[in-house]
Amino acid sequence: MKMNRRFFLRASATAAGGMMLGIYPKGELNAQGFGGQEPLSPKDFITIATDGTATIVAKNQELGQGALNLLPMLIAEELGVDWKAVHIVRSGVGPQYGGQITGGSSATPGNWEPMRRLGAAARQMLITAASQNWSVPAEECTTASGVVHHQASNRTLGYGALAAKAASLPAPAFASIKLKDPKDYKIIGKTTLGAENKQIATGKPLFAIDVTVPGMLYAVFEKTPVLGGKVVSANLDAIKAIKGVKHAFVIEGIPATNPYPNYLFEGPGFEAGVAIVADSWWTAQSARRKLEVKWDLGKWASQDSAANVKKADELGSAPSAHTQRKEGDAEAAFRRDDVKVLEARYEFPFIAHATMEPQNCTAHYHDGKLEIWTSSQFPAPGRTSVARLLGMPEADVTLHLVRAGGGFGRRAYNDSMCEAAWISKTVGAPVKLLWSREDDMRHDFYRSGGFQFFKGAVDRTGKLVAWKNNFVGYGEGEAFVHDGGVNAGEFPAGFVENLLVQTSTIPLGLKTGALRAPGSNSIAWVMQSFLDELAHAAAKDPVQFRLDLLKNAAPAAPTAGRGPRPMGLNAARMSAVIQLAVERSGWGKRKLPAGTGFGIGIHFSSGGYFAEIAEVAVTANKKVKVNKVWVAGDIGCQIINPSNAENQVQGSIIDGLGEMIQEITLKEGRVTQSNYHQHPMLRMSQAPPVEVYFLKSNNPPTGLGEPALPPIIPATANAIFAATGERIRTLPMTKQGFSFA
Amino acid sequence: MIKLTVNGKPRQFDGDPDTPLLWVLRDELDLKGTKFGCGMGLCGCCTVHVNGEARRSCVTKVADASGKSITTIEGISADGSHPLQTAWDALDVSQCGYCQAGQIMTAAALLKKTPHPTDADIDSAMNGNLCRCGTYLRIRAAIHQAAQLAAKTSVAARVKNEEER
Repeated sequence: MKMNRRFFLRASATAAGGMMLGIYPKGELNAQGFGGQEPLSPKDFITIATDGTATIVAKNQELGQGALNLLPMLIAEELGVDWKAVHIVRSGVGPQYGGQITGGSSATPGNWEPMRRLGAAARQMLITAASQNWSVPAEECTTASGVVHHQASNRTLGYGALAAKAASLPAPAFASIKLKDPKDYKIIGKTTLGAENKQIATGKPLFAIDVTVPGMLYAVFEKTPVLGGKVVSANLDAIKAIKGVKHAFVIEGIPATNPYPNYLFEGPGFEAGVAIVADSWWTAQSARRKLEVKWDLGKWASQDSAANVKKADELGSAPSAHTQRKEGDAEAAFRRDDVKVLEARYEFPFIAHATMEPQNCTAHYHDGKLEIWTSSQFPAPGRTSVARLLGMPEADVTLHLVRAGGGFGRRAYNDSMCEAAWISKTVGAPVKLLWSREDDMRHDFYRSGGFQFFKGAVDRTGKLVAWKNNFVGYGEGEAFVHDGGVNAGEFPAGFVENLLVQTSTIPLGLKTGALRAPGSNSIAWVMQSFLDELAHAAAKDPVQFRLDLLKNAAPAAPTAGRGPRPMGLNAARMSAVIQLAVERSGWGKRKLPAGTGFGIGIHFSSGGYFAEIAEVAVTANKKVKVNKVWVAGDIGCQIINPSNAENQVQGSIIDGLGEMIQEITLKEGRVTQSNYHQHPMLRMSQAPPVEVYFLKSNNPPTGLGEPALPPIIPATANAIFAATGERIRTLPMTKQGFSFA
Repeated sequence: MIKLTVNGKPRQFDGDPDTPLLWVLRDELDLKGTKFGCGMGLCGCCTVHVNGEARRSCVTKVADASGKSITTIEGISADGSHPLQTAWDALDVSQCGYCQAGQIMTAAALLKKTPHPTDADIDSAMNGNLCRCGTYLRIRAAIHQAAQLAAKTSVAARVKNEEER
């Protein structure tokens, strides 16, 4: 994340005599294109009550990734209070809070510096207040556990007693703000338990689905089953006659202006359908069974996954029109007589986010203003979309952030927010819109599918000398659907002298989007699998093959084509995590029984380096038992919350394994799968033990919501090959007869 | 009029008897701890106890709960002190937390029947409860810890009783 390092620091007294203080990275929002034109205003991140309790604002959404604890931990550490004296509150949504986008594992790298400086600045002001009270030099004062101490005179004053005076002081100059030496950390690096653990375990109403507003009605929205479809007619009168149904009406929908929009910033689109509003959700949902809609399904009505696969194979075997990256001359290298050439076709499917909490939103339109309760990952862009849709100023839309029952990228898209707002305005009452599981699975922004047609060559020494990749994705010309492209800078790009990355596209009538570790969750599997094939072709140990390749850094810029630049993978950091995973797993040292194999996958994403080794046992009828997984990661110099870090990594492994058995397919333009029986996830008995090791490196800390996920898929697939001799080239692996035991 | 007992209190419902128990609990009785996940009994988010047995409330008609005793996550302890609730916090099980009430309710039913479950007992009882965040390893560990906690508590209670005698 790019950050302008000019900060604004101001302080103001609260009515209660406490202190509120804010420090803001000016321009951060603008740099990210997330709005926020004004220099950030002095809103509260820290309030110190007279009893010394520090109320700290968490500005990023909690989706299960741990941000609710993480950002306040950074502030509390530098503020110098005990964690037990901290009370965490959620922020609203506004430019005064800085970036509030929850995605891209960006909370840690984007806030590591500003949140700590915020705490440190407040601490400095409290010290100044104490030193003035005592008429002693500020430099002679120290702090610990929310108390300022002057050793020479043996005097102490609690933060609570100093807060009002501190708030009246001028803010310290940015350059004078000193941060702690990490060896003195008392909170960062120590486990803090989830701030809402107890409420979760006792069933308190924490989630968006639990929101209740007086006079609230409940809505369902039957949307066009095919993208862009229109309602011709519907039996609205019959629906309205059902007891408890208050309203039933057609929403015409607004077609996207661009055939393949970036749904994050160009708005989520607004599909046509029929809204039913009733006095209870079950009444509204039951009324759908009697709903008869005549649809004009539009141009995607005959779309079919099988036909797309056929089309991809035609494109994959033909010369491609578009070159994304070219170095050296791969085609010439394939013709050398001292090389072994390998070709392979890989295919990965669309998959759904399937958050446990289905999409929902509560909206209340009244007196020309709108209030929204949302668990959005992208709240500010959601507000923009809603304001645009309803033709009202953004200032009249107030968002309340609520805990999310999982995000994984799904809640970056604000479709349910737009729908709830529209329905509330139409009926003139507060409305909770709740999607059924079937709605959620059939109206996702799916992880895009794709096809990779590989050709690679190794020479007689086992060195990779040429790599060609024809990616067939969805889109038009060189433009891919949202988050459906290919990263031409993906490893081994930059480490092989002859490289060619080409692309082709197939039109698509389905919304696509970011799923946890977008791009990475598919490309890591294909690249790391084909590398594994080449290692075996070269008769080299797959780990050694990768380590050798990493020594071969050729940091040349792409010589042709467009697309992403090399992602700056640091070979030394990657090699180090590989070696750590090897050491911990016993790779190459431990002899495994027949039908059991080791596999490795490595990947660099969201700033994190991960090497993962899986040990799997496969039965004769292709039942795969993942015996154990070893994870080695380097996300910089500091693990901020160790318990959460381990939980994130173990969850990423289990999530990644689940992706090996999931797919979304299209038939007659419609999504075939409707619920968890057709889009499964891993179960407890299938979850392997996961050992997690972090290698601390001298780099700023980066995020952990995503980067541990991608390597587990190739690690497992490569282990299945080691165990069985059969290479998984199509996901879900069930297509090749494999399933988890 | 359907009469049932929810968390020890008599409650009644006069709507459609086919309404799933889940929606009566959530939207009529304002017990929001029980969660909607799939509506087909596939994920376990909505697990409650009906006469002590773990049941999926999204596929249990309220009529079928008539006259029965229902316990929800809000009712398994008065103050959040059930050994499972304590262990869930202490082991920092939750990520998003959405499925965890259902996980705890299934686990509570398991511990009633099998106070000292093995890994296999736990896997077998818990396999119908999905966790999208993948917290299974900690769920299993927390169930073991709760079993130990419960054992300690009952030993302590027995010792105390004996002393009082």
